Amino acid sequence: MSDLKVSRRRFLHASGGLLLGTLMFTSGPIALMAPSQSWALEMHTLSSPLGSQLLLMIRRIYPHDTMEDAVYAFAVKALDERAAKDPSVTPLLLKGFAQLDQKSTAGWIKLTEAEQVRLLVEIQDSEFFKLVKGAAVNALYSNELAYKHFGYEGASFPKGGYLMRGFDDLQWLPAPPAVASPAAFS
Amino acid sequence: MTTYSYDDDSVVVIIGSGAGGGTLANELCQKGIPVVLLEAGQRQSQATFINDEWPSFEQLSWSDTRTTSGSWQVAQDFPTLPAWICKTVGGTTTHWAGASLRFREHEFRARETYGEVKHANLLDWPLTLAELEPYYARAETKLGVTRTNDIPGLPGNNNFKVMYNGATKLGYKECSTGHMAINSRARDGRAQCMQLGFCFQGCKMGAKWSTLYTEIPAAEATGKLELRVEAHVVRIEHDAKGRASAVVYANAKGELQRQKARLVAVAGNAIETPRLLLNSATAMFPHGLGNGAGMVGKHYMRHTTGSVFAEFKEPVHFYRGNIMAGIISDEAHNNPERGFVGGYEMETISLGPSFMAAFFKPGAWGRDFSSVMDKYTHLAGMWLVGEDMPRETNRITLSETKDRFGLPVANVHYDDHPNDIAMREHAYTQGAAIYDAVGALRTHRVPPYPSTHNMGTCRMSRKAADGVCNAYGQSHEVPNLFISDGSQFTTSAAENPTLTIVSLAIRQAEYIVQSLKANAA
Repeated sequence: MSDLKVSRRRFLHASGGLLLGTLMFTSGPIALMAPSQSWALEMHTLSSPLGSQLLLMIRRIYPHDTMEDAVYAFAVKALDERAAKDPSVTPLLLKGFAQLDQKSTAGWIKLTEAEQVRLLVEIQDSEFFKLVKGAAVNALYSNELAYKHFGYEGASFPKGGYLMRGFDDLQWLPAPPAVASPAAFS
Repeated sequence: MTTYSYDDDSVVVIIGSGAGGGTLANELCQKGIPVVLLEAGQRQSQATFINDEWPSFEQLSWSDTRTTSGSWQVAQDFPTLPAWICKTVGGTTTHWAGASLRFREHEFRARETYGEVKHANLLDWPLTLAELEPYYARAETKLGVTRTNDIPGLPGNNNFKVMYNGATKLGYKECSTGHMAINSRARDGRAQCMQLGFCFQGCKMGAKWSTLYTEIPAAEATGKLELRVEAHVVRIEHDAKGRASAVVYANAKGELQRQKARLVAVAGNAIETPRLLLNSATAMFPHGLGNGAGMVGKHYMRHTTGSVFAEFKEPVHFYRGNIMAGIISDEAHNNPERGFVGGYEMETISLGPSFMAAFFKPGAWGRDFSSVMDKYTHLAGMWLVGEDMPRETNRITLSETKDRFGLPVANVHYDDHPNDIAMREHAYTQGAAIYDAVGALRTHRVPPYPSTHNMGTCRMSRKAADGVCNAYGQSHEVPNLFISDGSQFTTSAAENPTLTIVSLAIRQAEYIVQSLKANAA
């Protein structure tokens, strides 16, 4: 089976890029449940540099300072899936970043955060920006890691709902009277 | 399993299996009437419902293309998604939050009570609250509405605690966990609510009433119902006398089938119902079936809505438990001194991070936006829902865009009336005041979501020239054609529409049974 000698990395390089990262917040909610501190996202269509640029752009569009890159990678994955289905996506992304780069001498990725955002504001009505933002808003906030990050507990049916798990555990205001909010059991 | 032949012209064909169609089907079957129930969507169950917002949305929602126009913000934020309603067995009763409120007496007499409102086409219902009360009572029993029939109210969750304390500080008196078609105790073969927090995604407990697991199986048990799923109706046909005679639909394979009918009831929700009548135009009905008065599709109402979300220093975890966990009704009365006619209800709402991101401020990005998401566990939220003005210019028309069968899709046109704008402004202000009263750090005005309450597009009227159907939902023009959903509403009232749709369906069923016996429909 000499095929197996082709390294995973080389194989991925041939079909699409790879995003690699390490968890930044070692005591954060995601690191606590993650089996490993490092993560990788295989892309089917987009190249590694394009993936990295997208990840940064999405971080600037939806900035959550304590959110792991691993969560942003879900949004990059959504764009990679779109690119696999629609051949017009990759050229649009490449052209978009080329235009962003033209707006500064150093290249967009090397600018400060404030300058990066300023340039994004300039292009916020472009098809490129709308594509990235539209894909990102649905993917970034709709996955298990994002739920963990925001403290949302996700699917509750498998855990029996919240009736016995804090649906009314708020303590910083008085409990409403029984006439307005009766007990769950008589 | 009961089946009827395509040529059986003794059957009642009902289009749509939601609050109106599903209820009507069961009520007729209980009386021994043969019913073919056509549902465009698939059949899900408590087992297949998904506790995750976007995957559930894809499973249940009506996502066929529609177009929009008008000055309403939904046309800008969601140009191809004017409505958030369902295409599945049970229709939007899978998605509804369960709020079950009777309309108020004056709301059946909106024209008389409010007087003439400029640029609105108000009309009194051809029906009074007193006439509908017995049917409201039957609907409440059927749905198991809390605080009726000795059924206890639901326990309030954290989101309700915040609302209740704020409301009390403002001096509001009518705040409680409301009248909900959600079991506070096991009842009628359905479980007690375990506060899952996924009312909008199909209740996996079955604690929330839906025709999917109440009316439809009850109708099937009579042996009188044939439910055909993935049956997308494309037109209603009539005979030489101008009576409805058959319904043509595309099955799951896209093949057209023609089911003959003794009587046809349309309950496709207030966007698809008029679209179907308009798409059923013939030489005899050149403007659409039952549209001699030109009223089909006009007077589209969607309630004056908006939401207020507030950030707090302490956690709330508003996603835990009932979505509509509580209600304030103090502003639901008609008090023109506030600068508008009609009233509005305030009902708690919560969204998961997925929908928060999509609906909190559509299109927004950057730190202003993400800083609210960062406070996710510390948010409380309420939805504002009030009476909107019927206008003949707010309407469903046939779009230039075609669907996969080559038929024009619905265009939904809506302009906010000055009364709607004044009411929304008032409601936003009061909503924020409630949260400010309990120490909100920031409050946010959230724009309307795609419409879940769709009403008025085939309205009831005393005179044939003013509407599409009579007080029983019977077409003014085609005696064996009935409108069985919220399209019938003459005005929107302030309350969530489902209980009224169900009550009208029970009443309509009695009328159809009598009419069939007397050969009067």
